[in-house]
Amino acid sequence: MALATRTDRRPSLARTVWDSSVGKKAVMAVSGIVMLLYLVVHMIGNLKIFFGPGEFNHYAHWLRTLGEPFMHYEWTLWMIRVVLVAAVVAHAVSAYQLSRRDLRARPSKYVHRKARASYATRTMRWGGVILGLFIVWHLLDLTTGTVHAGGFQEGHPYQNVVDTFSTWYGNVVYIVAVLALGLHVRHGFFSAAQTLGAGSRTRNRALRAVADVLALLLTAGFVAVPVGVMTGVVS
Amino acid sequence: MKLTLRVWRQRNADADGAMSTYEVDGVSPDMSFLEMLDTLNEELILKGEDPVAFDHDCREGICGACSLVINGEAHGPERTTTCQLHMRSFRDGDTLDIEPWRASAFPVIKDLVVDRSAFDRIIQAGGYITAPTGSAPEAHATPVPKPDADLAFEHAECIGCGACVAACPNGAAMLFTSAKVNHLNVLPQGAPERETRVLDMVAQMDEEGFGGCTLAGECATACPKGIPLTSITSMNKEWLRATRKVAKR
Repeated sequence: MALATRTDRRPSLARTVWDSSVGKKAVMAVSGIVMLLYLVVHMIGNLKIFFGPGEFNHYAHWLRTLGEPFMHYEWTLWMIRVVLVAAVVAHAVSAYQLSRRDLRARPSKYVHRKARASYATRTMRWGGVILGLFIVWHLLDLTTGTVHAGGFQEGHPYQNVVDTFSTWYGNVVYIVAVLALGLHVRHGFFSAAQTLGAGSRTRNRALRAVADVLALLLTAGFVAVPVGVMTGVVS
Repeated sequence: MKLTLRVWRQRNADADGAMSTYEVDGVSPDMSFLEMLDTLNEELILKGEDPVAFDHDCREGICGACSLVINGEAHGPERTTTCQLHMRSFRDGDTLDIEPWRASAFPVIKDLVVDRSAFDRIIQAGGYITAPTGSAPEAHATPVPKPDADLAFEHAECIGCGACVAACPNGAAMLFTSAKVNHLNVLPQGAPERETRVLDMVAQMDEEGFGGCTLAGECATACPKGIPLTSITSMNKEWLRATRKVAKR
């Protein structure tokens, strides 16, 4: 009888990654970085609103013609949307499963509680949920116009943005979400770097600085738009 | 010194536990924390009560047996093991909360004693090297660069006490597992099992029901041996490398 020579058969790469807590964290890290890159681009695009309706609306239209003539109208945009939806779903599902595991691992609390971890660290879960809900509202408000305040105009994003930030709740929802985003990015970027093994004793100081700068820039860049509308700079 | 102790009492693994309050008098600041508990236990035995069960062995900070959460901190306020913590770290009249390690992978056996055999199973999964037994090999046969030897030793300092799990808000054993993985993975002696070690130990860690890392950093703060948080980063890197390597085989 021949004995099996190979006894080290292991599950596939995808299976190993998804089944492991370390692998699932890597999925979270990569999907988070994809969303983060998108947010930087999105924030820079938003700032064009300070140069008037002409430039802002032209930019919005250009997004749809991106890649032409190789791509058809809106094809590139839809590809980006598909990637983003995949990233959001991967991020949320792994976050949910990892959180379930974490909560199960520590069922009974200590009687003597001591102040734990930083604010950004402790608010990752609920901050993430808030961001998820915000994305839904944001798309219904400014992409589809379903819950838009005061006549949504297809192809006139400048006016739509001004409409949204002319309501008090539009400003509140947006600014709260952007602050949550800043906190989320601050802890998330640093954690993603550690999960992907990019951190080290010498590099972590720089990684923390990059995380702080990214969080601050994104927060300031996004908040600038509602503040601009409220102060009348954008109207 | 006179102290008020609020101690977790639990008759056995299945019973419900609760905090019980005791007064101890005549505590010397030079006593270790465990000697203070010995004093309490002597009084309890004289009164015919059940003494407080707690783990201890070497009492010199190298075995990893002692395990108490004191005022919400694993091994108490100093960066050392409970056995090496002295009563001078507290003040006369203090009230101290003494609890067992809390994690579903570390079930309470009695009072302050928890079952840490999950750690043993993680070690069994890959925390070893395959080496021929027999006479010791010639010392220069396998050169190890000094920085690698130092790095390995830094991780080898882990005594497996479980303070990292106790301190972690997710009950994660990432710091323990990473210390054990890195200790052997940076050395040439650990090279043959470099990939399988990290994959199998992480898989066993998940299997035991430990949580995951959210970079809260509580583990490295609690660790009496100063295993750095970057140890976890190194293990993540090793794990990702191993999945790629193994997938190609």
